[in-house]
Amino acid sequence: MDGTLKIPSVTGIDVELRIAGPGGRSYAFVIDWHIRVLVALAWIIASAFVYFGSVNAFASLEPSQSDFVLVIGLPAAALYFLYHPVLEVLMRGRTPGKRMAGVRIVKRDGGVPGIGPLLVRNLFRLVDSLPFFYFLGLAATMLTKQSVRIGDIAAGTLLVYDDPDAGTFDDAPSSGGIERLGLERAELVRDLLGRWPELRPESRAALARRLLERQGPVPDELGDDALRAKLEQLLR
Amino acid sequence: MSGATKVDKTSKWLEDRLPVWRGVAEKLGAVERGRHADPDDVIKVIAAYPEIARDLAVARREAPRGPLTRRLEQIYLELHRSIFRPPSRWRQDLAALFVRDAAEIAGSLRWHIVWVTALFFASASGGAWLINQYPDLVGLFASEAMIEQVQSGRLWTEGLLSVVPSSLLAVQIFTNNIIVALFALVVGIFYGLGTAYIIGMNGLMLGAIFSYTAQHGLAERLFEFVAAHGFVELSVIMVAGACGVSLGEALARPGRETRVQAFQRASMRAAKLMVVCCTFLVGAGLIEGYISPNPSYSLPIRLCVGLGYLALFIIVLSGALGRLPRPAD
Repeated sequence: MDGTLKIPSVTGIDVELRIAGPGGRSYAFVIDWHIRVLVALAWIIASAFVYFGSVNAFASLEPSQSDFVLVIGLPAAALYFLYHPVLEVLMRGRTPGKRMAGVRIVKRDGGVPGIGPLLVRNLFRLVDSLPFFYFLGLAATMLTKQSVRIGDIAAGTLLVYDDPDAGTFDDAPSSGGIERLGLERAELVRDLLGRWPELRPESRAALARRLLERQGPVPDELGDDALRAKLEQLLR
Repeated sequence: MSGATKVDKTSKWLEDRLPVWRGVAEKLGAVERGRHADPDDVIKVIAAYPEIARDLAVARREAPRGPLTRRLEQIYLELHRSIFRPPSRWRQDLAALFVRDAAEIAGSLRWHIVWVTALFFASASGGAWLINQYPDLVGLFASEAMIEQVQSGRLWTEGLLSVVPSSLLAVQIFTNNIIVALFALVVGIFYGLGTAYIIGMNGLMLGAIFSYTAQHGLAERLFEFVAAHGFVELSVIMVAGACGVSLGEALARPGRETRVQAFQRASMRAAKLMVVCCTFLVGAGLIEGYISPNPSYSLPIRLCVGLGYLALFIIVLSGALGRLPRPAD
């Protein structure tokens, strides 16, 4: 179950952010894990080509050889282990995986965490990853009210959804659309059109019909595309 | 108000406000992206904050869960974050950490450092006594290869540079030491017991190894090897242990704060101190890679390096660096 984080403001207009649960967190982590593994592997292959001439050079190398460690092993390990702390600081509480999963790290007042809290959060990965596969961290996210791992408790941070589908103002309802539908219903139509590709055809058709029927009768034979076109027409 | 008038007003409001919102979103993006934002843009963004709050209140009333309201909420939140974000002064903060903050934190942890050091030396004495009484138990603390080398009258550190170059050795050593120090800190979360275990085991191991090398007449050579880097390395482990114990104490005895508040304060304090300590570990690693295994450095030189480096560490942690007169004084 996802909770919410209320962000109070001096204007008296508060905003609520949805807290990401273990599912959202794990999703972001898995994406990030794949990215850092791929980046580290890409480094290993590229550096082997550049430094040793070919990937086949691996066959004649011992892992203890200094060239192997300095040119290949250490940078690859650095890419893998410093991925989170460095990117979270540079991207202000996000990583590519978190961005794709639509989540970000915030302080308990909703603000962007500074370097200190982000480093503390990553330092405690050492404990969260105990005894294996982030067991302790995952258990903590399942047991705590705000779905936080130990690193988040130590740093005073949370993972929240970043409302990736908030869109832009470019497709705001026209005055014609508002005259026909009123702002609230125009926004409902816009919301439905925005979610059109994610909904099952029968669900979106039923919703579209309900909205269109308020303007007049809707012929039964209208298909998916025609319903969508009618909705778009209402907004113009 | 009639329905038609209300629709007209809403339509007019939207028509008037849309360019303002687009402008704010654009300026906010520019202000957030660039370090050298136009001051006019910054002022406009700040001035827009209460306006957007008012617009958001209207949007919530007219279309509570619509995309327009969500987008306005996002802009409002970004404005809030941008305006109330503390200024980024990482260079000054970093300098203050080394000159003042680290000393303050170390001072507040002085008794923790004393206790952890006492535990370490007690364990080291225990390890030394154990191996002195039962030499066969050295297998618990050292590898087969190490034991064989010591029995043949050689230290495992001899000829190290012919196997591994200094650069690689230094990197491997400071990476390993940093991980050990950070681990000693974070396992303090288990009410300090994890830290006590790590400090105790390290002490036991050091005492045992020294005792075993002494039995084979190699203790002086081992001391010669560790003289240049060992003082700071051990001191950092003690400080990391003290930080770990303070985490455990925050959870066990939070005082007037809640456990979470006490834990957060202890974690932030410990992390700051560890930034300084890890910097010193990098230096200790370089010394251990370049000076310690190199037989051309005599014991006096090694002691000068080791004690000098320790003096620098103590200067930083005692706050003496902050008390130095400034050029302008």
